[in-house]
Amino acid sequence: MARKLKIALVGNPNSGKSSVFNGLTGLNQKVANFPGVTVDKKMGFATLSDNEGNQIQAEYIDLPGTYSLYPKSPEEKLPFQILCDPSNESHPDLTIVVADGTNLKRNLFLCSQVIDLKIPVILVINMMDLVRYKKIEIDFHRLSLRLGIPVIPMNARTHEGVKELKKAIVQPLHVPDNDFIDVRVFSPVVVDTIRNVVHVNSNYNAFLVANNLDLITAFEIHQWKRDKIQAACKDHFFDSQQMQARETLERYKIITGIMNDCVVTPNTPIQKSISYKIDSLLTHRVWGYFIFLTILFVIFQAIFSWASYPMDLIDTSFQMLSSFIRNNLPKGLINDLIVGGVLAGLNGIVVFVPQIALLFFFIAILEDTGYMARVSFIMDRLLRKFGLNGKSLIPLISSVACAVPAIMSTRTIQNWKERLITIMVTPLMSCSARLPVYTLLIALIIPKDYVYGVNLQGLVLMMLYLIGFVAAVGVAWVMKHFIKTRERSFFVMELPMYRVPRWSSIGLHIVEKVKIFLFDAGKVIITISIILWVLSSFGPSGTFDKIEQKYSSVEYTRILPQEEIERKIQTEKLESSYAGLLGHVIEPIIKPLGFDWKIGIALITSFAAREVFVGTMSTIYSVGDTNSSKHTLKEKMQSEVNPITGGPRYTFAVGLALMLFYAFAMQCMSTVATVYRETKRIRYPLIQIFYMSGMAYLASLIAYQIFKP
Amino acid sequence: MNSEVKYLSELKRGQNGVIDSFTDYELSLKLLEMGCIPGEKIEVIRIAPLGDPIAISITGYMLSLRKEEAATVRVRIG
Repeated sequence: MARKLKIALVGNPNSGKSSVFNGLTGLNQKVANFPGVTVDKKMGFATLSDNEGNQIQAEYIDLPGTYSLYPKSPEEKLPFQILCDPSNESHPDLTIVVADGTNLKRNLFLCSQVIDLKIPVILVINMMDLVRYKKIEIDFHRLSLRLGIPVIPMNARTHEGVKELKKAIVQPLHVPDNDFIDVRVFSPVVVDTIRNVVHVNSNYNAFLVANNLDLITAFEIHQWKRDKIQAACKDHFFDSQQMQARETLERYKIITGIMNDCVVTPNTPIQKSISYKIDSLLTHRVWGYFIFLTILFVIFQAIFSWASYPMDLIDTSFQMLSSFIRNNLPKGLINDLIVGGVLAGLNGIVVFVPQIALLFFFIAILEDTGYMARVSFIMDRLLRKFGLNGKSLIPLISSVACAVPAIMSTRTIQNWKERLITIMVTPLMSCSARLPVYTLLIALIIPKDYVYGVNLQGLVLMMLYLIGFVAAVGVAWVMKHFIKTRERSFFVMELPMYRVPRWSSIGLHIVEKVKIFLFDAGKVIITISIILWVLSSFGPSGTFDKIEQKYSSVEYTRILPQEEIERKIQTEKLESSYAGLLGHVIEPIIKPLGFDWKIGIALITSFAAREVFVGTMSTIYSVGDTNSSKHTLKEKMQSEVNPITGGPRYTFAVGLALMLFYAFAMQCMSTVATVYRETKRIRYPLIQIFYMSGMAYLASLIAYQIFKP
Repeated sequence: MNSEVKYLSELKRGQNGVIDSFTDYELSLKLLEMGCIPGEKIEVIRIAPLGDPIAISITGYMLSLRKEEAATVRVRIG
């Protein structure tokens, strides 16, 4: 019989915890969700065998990096809830604490807390290559004796020590006999009361419960238990902050003793380190910003140019698949649903994968090398004024490619308020899906002229991107005053040493992010795309039949070729479909913007994704395949006459209003789904849809009313 | 002992001292667990180009914090 073993990995941020996790589990990983929190549950599986040859089924869980068991951010609540609640379903049988060997003092602090929870612990001292480089000497045997737990030196990058760790994991579990520090002396009655009321393994666990009573809902304590604990705390003047300070000081006192006993650190000033020298360049008042801009430039060039090949390939493959199915499956509703609903939706999702993968590739490199922390360091002052954070810049700029990965990358922002604001304004940046819309409309209303040698169309395009950025920063500034948070904002942040990126970890990271996007956002997009298909393929009963009857009469079949009739039928069907009816219904609302019901249909279908605009327009204007004949779509739109003025439908004012509408409006189901996923609250995507649509409407209204003839 | 106590935010680049005490209880808890213990040596390593935040060295690693946060840390100099 295989024994099951639940193992949790904890450690400080930048301790290389993920490499240890990858070393233990390889590709056998999955990402699940913790119920009710925004944090991904990273799990991995492996089969080990102990000394007697018995199989052990190891289930690893990689907890978010934390400096202590006192949660300071939503992510840090998780290690607390899992380690301090024995009834939690993820509560481990064994904990592996991963420590950065070059920074042992601070890393031992968390380790000492976990030891006192009386969960069996193995301490992994990671980054041994750097420890040797820095000539730090660690007496592992002595350290192991002092802490009362196994200590394994490791360099997870080269797999050094992984075998030894696996060996240690299968040893019989045991808990050190002595407490690292005795917290019961701080407040004996409170600790005893809790141990009588709640099932916990140690005095320290009870002490932590007293310190985090507001987190205890997750413990499912009955109200009377909570009341009893609260009463005990009140009666004995249990001051949580003071307790925490006393505990921290006490722990560091003992850790300092252990450090003096087991570790010899040469006294080299930081100014001598390579990282310091690199920083002199990368955080320089001129070169720092210049290099940052250059890196961004390279990233976006790469995302736009490299990703376009696989994206074209995906589009072509889907087109081929669609036409194959259309021609080979029996004609009818199912055929239409697969091609027009499911495949169209799938195409819209999969086409984003290359950009997402590339963007996360670059972001992972910037994170992994330690450069991202420096970007925050040099940008924080500037962005703080707008309620943002130094770390907001990368998501904002990333969303020029696509808001979906950009919003996913805001997780690096610890402060919830600043992260939320970043998520809320990110979709205002002009993403690549707006590009086809802009291109079509600019070609329609802006002459292909040069002013002082500057391409006018290019200039307008740049202005649209600029408007997006200004709007994002402006809205962030407004939101700063509205979003309240009880959580205090800290910027206390480690500046880790520069390191060469771990390519295998980056590869796993990209796969993980792409999977999340495909499955989580994918579900929503497919659903919406099917709904849209239904709306545009069906109308009130009888209307479609009438259209078909009308065109089957002799007066049409004789004069017009079969193809032309098909197109006419399609156009009329769209107009009388539910989507078309909706277009007519919203016409009064969008009339002040200069839009008619046809544009109304495009606005409705664009709700799923902006780029649908071009496709819808070409269906409405019956030009068939847009990719091969964009030119004719433009011509058809140019020749469209406004029945009221008798002039052209797409005047400068209408085109401008339409472009501004697309610049501001939240028309992307993938983004809505991602925002919901990242905030876990339906209200945030709703607010976003509301305020962005409002801005879009106002901007279009003003533009149209000013420029209309 | 002839020493002077200053706020960490007042220190210039390259200046060092020993942590004396904190003026903000909540923030001090965060700093304590990061290893900023009274009695520990501290040095201002770098100041961001716009004058804020700052980077300090503490127990052998680099920590960055905003100036307003550094203003809650008292440092004994000399």
